[in-house]
Amino acid sequence: MPTIRIPTPLRPYTGGNAEVPVAGPTVGAVLTDLTSRHPNLKQHLYTDGGELRAFVNVFLNDEDIRHLRGAETPVRDQDRLMIIPSIAGG
Amino acid sequence: MLTITPEVLKALESHGEAAYPNEGAGLLLGRAEDRHKTVVDILPLENRWGAEEQYHRYQITPEDALYGEKEAVRRGLDVIGFFHSHPDHPAVPSEFDREWATWSGYSYVITMVEKGRAVGSRSWLLKEDRSAFEEEEIRTDKVTG
Repeated sequence: MPTIRIPTPLRPYTGGNAEVPVAGPTVGAVLTDLTSRHPNLKQHLYTDGGELRAFVNVFLNDEDIRHLRGAETPVRDQDRLMIIPSIAGG
Repeated sequence: MLTITPEVLKALESHGEAAYPNEGAGLLLGRAEDRHKTVVDILPLENRWGAEEQYHRYQITPEDALYGEKEAVRRGLDVIGFFHSHPDHPAVPSEFDREWATWSGYSYVITMVEKGRAVGSRSWLLKEDRSAFEEEEIRTDKVTG
């Protein structure tokens, strides 16, 4: 089963787990599975309009999914995903 | 509360001094337990904002943040927040800092660097509703967590 690594401040919404198993044939399906297993995560990852928040990045085996096929990127059993923030300020 | 050793705080502030007159930035690595976090080390990173605006902007790219997350895992730590410097400006989050903030729960440490010398650091937490930052107490502690 693929796993996804959760950023430290979001772990209260995954029962304190840093990595959680997820299921689905694509990155989009896996993220839907993640937020249906852990519903309180959703508002932290998505805007009210249902888009991933601008600072939220998803990596599949160290590759930004935006450089792959985005939400359509296929996911295999042994894959490792990570949710990584973009950080900026002034 | 954010606990940090004097040595690590010095390293964090030295990074801001070295970046002056630009902003310096990086990740806080450590451990988090409920609302109490302990900084074990810092991971200074390149300021990737355009060079001409680095005097009042900083950026850590997703690729650099990924590197930081993996480095934390390798050391058995977590990314518990970020730090950056404010050259010749108070160690208080700007409106731009709030607009670009990520998730509530990360510590945002800001160091004021005045004429090239660090003159104080303060830590900030984004409110749950993202409307503002509120200050988090920093405890400098000689005992590592």
